[in-house]
Amino acid sequence: MSYQGKKNIPKITSDRLLIKGGRIVNDDQSFCADIYMEDGLIKQIGDNLIVPGGVKTIEADGKMVIPGGIDIHTHFQMPYRGTTTVDDFCQGTKAALAGGTTMIVDHVIPEPGSSLVEAFERWREWADEKSCCDYSLHVDITHWNDSVKQEVEILLKEKGVNSFQVYMAYKDLYQMSNSELYEIFTFLGELGGIVQVHAENGEIIAEEQARMLEIGITGPEGHVLSRPEELEAEAVFRAVTIASQTNCPLYVTRVMSKSAADIISQARKKGNVVFGEPITASLGTDGTHYWSKNWAKAASYVTSPPLSPDPTTPDYLNTMLASGDLNVTGSAHCTFSVAQKAIGKDDFTQIPEGVNGVEERMSLIWDKAVVSGKMDENLFVAVTSTNAAKILNLYPRKGRIAVGSDSDLVIWDPDLVKTVTAKTHNSAAEYNVFEGMELRGAPMLVICQGKIVLEDGKLQATSGLGRFIPCSSFPDFAYKRIKARKQLAVLRAVPRGMYDGPVSDFIPMSRGATPSASTRSSPTKAPIRNLHQSGFSLAGPEEAPIRPAGRRIVVPPGGRSNITSLS
Amino acid sequence: SLSPSLSLSFSLSLSPSLSPSLSLSHSLILSVSLSHSLHSSLPLSLTVSLSLSLSLSLSLSLSLSIPLSLSLSLFLPLSLPLSLPLSPSLSLSHSLCLSLSLSPFLPPSLSHSLSVSLSLSIPPSLFERLLIKGGRVVNDDQSFYADVYVEDGVIKQVGENLVVPGGVRVVEAEGRMVIPGGIDTNTCLNKAYLDSPPVDDFYQGTKAALAGGTTMIIDHVTPQPGTSLLQVFEQWQEVADRKCCCDYSLHVDIPQWDEGVKDELEVLVQEKGINSFQVYMAYKDLFQMTDTQLYEAFSFLSNLGAVVLVHAENGDLIAQEQKKILEMGITGPEGHPLSRPEELEAEAVFRAITIGNRVNCPVYITRVMSKSAADTLTQARRKGCVVFGEPLTASLATDGSHYWNRNWAKAAACVTSPPLSPDPTTPQHLHTLLACGDLQVVGSGHCAYSTAQKAIGKDNFTLIPEGTNGLEERMGFVWDRAAALGKMDENQFVAVTSTNAAKIFNLYPRKGRIAVGSDADIVIWDPDRIKTITAKLQQSALEYNIFEGMECRGVPVLVVSQGRVVYEDDKLNVQQGTGRFIPRKPFPDHAYQRINTRNKVIGRQAVSRGVYDGPVYDVPSTPKYITPAPSAKTSPTTQQPPPIRNLHQSNFSLSGAQVDDNVPRRSGHRIIAPPGGRSNITSLG
Repeated sequence: MSYQGKKNIPKITSDRLLIKGGRIVNDDQSFCADIYMEDGLIKQIGDNLIVPGGVKTIEADGKMVIPGGIDIHTHFQMPYRGTTTVDDFCQGTKAALAGGTTMIVDHVIPEPGSSLVEAFERWREWADEKSCCDYSLHVDITHWNDSVKQEVEILLKEKGVNSFQVYMAYKDLYQMSNSELYEIFTFLGELGGIVQVHAENGEIIAEEQARMLEIGITGPEGHVLSRPEELEAEAVFRAVTIASQTNCPLYVTRVMSKSAADIISQARKKGNVVFGEPITASLGTDGTHYWSKNWAKAASYVTSPPLSPDPTTPDYLNTMLASGDLNVTGSAHCTFSVAQKAIGKDDFTQIPEGVNGVEERMSLIWDKAVVSGKMDENLFVAVTSTNAAKILNLYPRKGRIAVGSDSDLVIWDPDLVKTVTAKTHNSAAEYNVFEGMELRGAPMLVICQGKIVLEDGKLQATSGLGRFIPCSSFPDFAYKRIKARKQLAVLRAVPRGMYDGPVSDFIPMSRGATPSASTRSSPTKAPIRNLHQSGFSLAGPEEAPIRPAGRRIVVPPGGRSNITSLS
Repeated sequence: SLSPSLSLSFSLSLSPSLSPSLSLSHSLILSVSLSHSLHSSLPLSLTVSLSLSLSLSLSLSLSLSIPLSLSLSLFLPLSLPLSLPLSPSLSLSHSLCLSLSLSPFLPPSLSHSLSVSLSLSIPPSLFERLLIKGGRVVNDDQSFYADVYVEDGVIKQVGENLVVPGGVRVVEAEGRMVIPGGIDTNTCLNKAYLDSPPVDDFYQGTKAALAGGTTMIIDHVTPQPGTSLLQVFEQWQEVADRKCCCDYSLHVDIPQWDEGVKDELEVLVQEKGINSFQVYMAYKDLFQMTDTQLYEAFSFLSNLGAVVLVHAENGDLIAQEQKKILEMGITGPEGHPLSRPEELEAEAVFRAITIGNRVNCPVYITRVMSKSAADTLTQARRKGCVVFGEPLTASLATDGSHYWNRNWAKAAACVTSPPLSPDPTTPQHLHTLLACGDLQVVGSGHCAYSTAQKAIGKDNFTLIPEGTNGLEERMGFVWDRAAALGKMDENQFVAVTSTNAAKIFNLYPRKGRIAVGSDADIVIWDPDRIKTITAKLQQSALEYNIFEGMECRGVPVLVVSQGRVVYEDDKLNVQQGTGRFIPRKPFPDHAYQRINTRNKVIGRQAVSRGVYDGPVYDVPSTPKYITPAPSAKTSPTTQQPPPIRNLHQSNFSLSGAQVDDNVPRRSGHRIIAPPGGRSNITSLG
């Protein structure tokens, strides 16, 4: 294991800690044992450990000790029209730690046309400077061409990024066509990356938005009306199809609706390698707030895909999490101030999108799923931490309490009840979408990199301590099956004798690929046509000179014979 | 007042036998006394008409403007040959009859002249009187024993112990099933591939149809991108009028979407009697439409009351897969199914239904070829979407394993899109869904290309013209694979082969039902006779039948089309050009009743709020607006379609973007703490 980014960290990680009398909960089992940590690593686990003197001892009193949460989806310090989200990496990671999350994975969003690597470096800089906990990065692919291809390869092989997000929404900005998606999926499938998709049908959204504005709906309710959940389900279905076609693992970010979750679950039942990520907001609240009379409140819920107006959605998604059909949870934490949201006060399409959730994530899942008996504590660990670590190929360094793992631990109090409110939360946002919710279950003590950062409700995080954790390609969790299938799925041509019967005369087409009734070229397309053209020219022009034209069709001189005979 | 002249003409009609006895029009039958008299000879009644037709034309011109031209042709017997080839004369005669029934006080000689005009416009021996005795009439809702009396191509009576005139031909059904003639909703009998037409044209194809018990086809008009829909439609209609030997109607395919198409569609729907249009999600760079175009096309067509047919396959992915497969060196027909796996079909079906549901438009999926596509459709129906599915004869009777056949010609014969599924359990599954009503209609997708035509793609499977046969075998296979096995009953058999199609395309109850007033398209079906399918005995001109050697239980014994026996004792007795174009009205109830109600119920309303007067973050005005996203830069790769952008752009400029927006007028600090502190609606407590 290499620790990149450690260089400018002073000797803080040498804290020695002993947690006594806790019940360790991993994703597979729970057992009572003490944990001894040194230098940010877990050194020993067991009863009656022999530890050096002068070690700080924490009495867990039989409480659960769980691996620190991994929030696989955040947008801290995200630039937006010359401003940034109000939670920067310092504020954001503080909120994360306060909620029991000890690692975040942020999205790098390069502007279309700009360099992915440069954007990645910029994000690294911001995060290294401010982050209080370990982090990793996804890179969003916002446009696609050969140079992007090379950059993706560099990021995968040298920079420690193994997951890339593509967009099926945001027409004319980030949206990828099906052909581009196919190419990206194929490419990443070969390199061992994880494809994350933002699944919504951007073209239809654009149409619906235009329609909503036309009929005079300009408030935040237009957001959810123009992005009905079937568009999400449709895009998920399409993404699953493309992924299965290209034999590439698929990760659907932001599962917000029942129907999208259903599609994922069906695809998994068919054997597709698909992971679904509901976010805190979709697990905790619903889209009825878009109709709130308070514009600011309604706007604070605006995110994409939108929260579903169906109030049974959160419950349903929690059930799917518990049944293993959805695998990981993120927060998609992306907070804007009310003034920033008000950019869209007269036009909902202008409202910057994003909700909070990084701090509430763990508690909310505990409250909604574990307290209600939907899932057990082990599955809770799996969906909040372990599965994410496996997908990112960080397991067992993260996501597990075991000897040799990073000492990112949380002592979890399953009975502590907290009321969520914007007044006391750690985010800088003025509004919390979970305002007023009483959540049972909260971290009592949080250890990050072997250091206590939360104790007795007090946060002592230091910004700049967070390290970048590189993720390597081909995570077993996703790729073992893919690799096996690749070996099996080899297509072969049927060896036949040469067809030497009559061939109907035809004008060679100028354009290949499309088996169809006409040779006219369509006036609309440009870039992809070239590919086909080259592919075809191998077969086409060869034909024209060799075959004499004319009457050969009806009755060839020698009569019908050879393979052509049909009896 | 009419009776005296009747007796007169009757006596006249006895003498010459040269006139066919079939010169009866619809309205004449309405007044029964007249109909008997009008076996009149041509010359005699003509003389009568000459003397009186003046008054006729006058009275008609008062009531109707159209028939004037026809009544002119009545004056001179010499002009009759000229009016013969004009096919519209038939429909005109209908309108004439109407005016007659409205004015019964006219002298009877008028009706004589009318009857003459009819006998001239309609080819002789088209109509005959027919009594089908002792059959079991099977409709989609019930079966019962009854006799059926047919006259003038229309069913006049259904019941027992019918009172019929003498001289009627009697057919003994001997307890066999008497079913409405089949309707094949998907044929391509005039779709040229690289300028060479399919070997089965409208004549050859409709012959095959009649031999299989199908008495009506709906053919696809397939214009090339850039051509006028209307012109191509008229061309198609002209060819079909000349060649068809059974009734037909037409779907029009929309090869591309633009403003000009819209006007043509409106004309087609409102004047030409077309209520179904096909769009393509496959055939990239040719017919394929983007989601945006589909959205527009769907909403436009649903306003017109048309049914949208969708060829559902993901063309983008197919293009990619084809490239890949060709690169791997697979050039034979097996590349066809390999490059078009069934999930691409299921994906497109899902997308089509989503779009249809968004704009509240009924969607009809043509060519359901795979289990997953059918399952997707089933799920959507369970959610309440208005969607119909049409499996093809080929997908119901055979599977895609033939693509791996060593004989290139055999393998290529199966090439169609979407391809036959290599999963051999597919046909059974589709039959089950047909039986339970999740799929509604059976088409044939009949598009016959000879082996030499198929061989255009001998070195590249993407060039193989697509299409299989199935028109003649359609009814037989549904009976053999579903009804004979007990999956569906005889009524459901009638529903999926005929009635449902008639309902969806607004032909019901004229077609698809045996009832008084319906067209006399009737089949006597023998459920037990077994037929072996072979290219040697088929009507189609193809040299290879993809169902070659299959045994099929259930065949038509006798087929009546337009009131005339056209198939009997395995012999066809048809005539080119007797088929009529059947116009279809928009807003078929079967599809649109629900849609219309939903349109009324769904109303979206904005929330009325106070005006937001809190601080607003200052943004530089960007030329682009749509996408609410972290960056407003225009991407260099994609262009923005003008129509949508314009709408928004104008909308946005209202919201405050102004020329001087970039000038920092009191900008900046308003965000964090406005002078008066946070207040108003912005306050969050």
